[in-house]
Amino acid sequence: MIVSVASGKGGTGKTLVATNLAMSLDFPCQLLDCDVEEPNAHLFLKPQIKKEEKVFKLVPKADVSKCQLCGKCQEVCVYNAIAVVGKKHLVFPQLCHGCGACSYFCPHGAIVEEKQEIGVVTTGESLHVDVISGRMKIGEAMAPPVIRRVKEHIRPDMVAIIDAPPGTSCPVIESIKGSDFVILVTEPTPFGLNDFVLSVEVLRKLNIPFGAIINRSDLGNQETEDFCQKNGIEILMKIPFQKEIAEVYSRGDFIVEALPSFRQAFKELWEKIQPKVAV
Amino acid sequence: MKVCVTAQGDNLQALVDPRFGRAKYFLAVDVDSLDFEVIENVNAQGTGGVGIQSGRLMADKGVECVLTGNIGPNASDTLKAAGIKFCLGATGTVLEAVEKYKKGEMTLSEGSNVDSKSGA
Ligand code: SF4
Ligand code: SF4
Repeated sequence: MIVSVASGKGGTGKTLVATNLAMSLDFPCQLLDCDVEEPNAHLFLKPQIKKEEKVFKLVPKADVSKCQLCGKCQEVCVYNAIAVVGKKHLVFPQLCHGCGACSYFCPHGAIVEEKQEIGVVTTGESLHVDVISGRMKIGEAMAPPVIRRVKEHIRPDMVAIIDAPPGTSCPVIESIKGSDFVILVTEPTPFGLNDFVLSVEVLRKLNIPFGAIINRSDLGNQETEDFCQKNGIEILMKIPFQKEIAEVYSRGDFIVEALPSFRQAFKELWEKIQPKVAV
Repeated sequence: MKVCVTAQGDNLQALVDPRFGRAKYFLAVDVDSLDFEVIENVNAQGTGGVGIQSGRLMADKGVECVLTGNIGPNASDTLKAAGIKFCLGATGTVLEAVEKYKKGEMTLSEGSNVDSKSGA
């Protein structure tokens, strides 16, 4: 069973919810950090690392002894990752999607493929939580292949909690697709609401059941709650702004451990979600 | 000698477009006669690799030097591979940029001055 924690924008408390939910469960579970541009769940869970695997993509290169500089490969590459100019054949690996068209269409069999590292997936353990995090190499633009590798670790016999990247772009979709339920974390501010509405649209299109958590619920306005009510979105939990939360969080600790009332609140959260996704 | 200036409009009085990859127009100007050819940048709205496409276009048109505001790393690599020189920091109208170039007041640049994704 897969539950994703997502958010229309960064900094809403997505990781706070994902890590505390994992910690609050009283059975073994998995936490998958799919925010591969800025993974940070491990900073809280501090897992003991068991394994590190590199993620590669294949990047084409022209074999200069065979390449006739005919330009066919540049013509068929819809991602503009190749330029044949002057007497040179250039490949821009960061734009390459690895589709293989250039090699297929090269009339001289001149395209060879080279492995290039795009990221790393680490697996580890923190008490009852298996922690799997993906990290994309700096400057690399293709997050989905790294995210897919993280998700290959999902075990069907366990509860898997996915910490999705913020926003509504490709990497977000790649992370949350296949989920049984999504928890959308938001803040009751005008910007927060704007991004929240976009996320809601995406989830409705993907047809994944979801509910909302309003973080710093006492700092903004009423509009987010009104929107949820009008659109039949269940508010699963409200987290008020409390100095204690900020303190515990900034120390890298769990609010479900430091603040007993939250242990109870997260237990109730799980009780609300579980029947919706029971298989 | 043919230079190419990135422009916001289709004539010599148009302002220089500071971006190379996503420039609205390219004006290929003969520096002596001031005859020019207008090249509309059909790639300006593309999603990625626009600097490379614009660089390829320059090579196809036989341009020897590009005058523009900013240029990204992919475009700079493409122009260099094609043996095309470029001067950055061009401002004012297209004509002013060409005049400055003729007087030798614009210096050739060695590489990009902005990062990729900036549209330059
Ligand atoms: S299609 Fe093949 S031969 Fe032609 S330019 Fe590309 S790599 Fe070279
Ligand atoms: S593999 Fe596909 S995306 Fe990559 S350079 Fe070749 S044609 Fe372009």
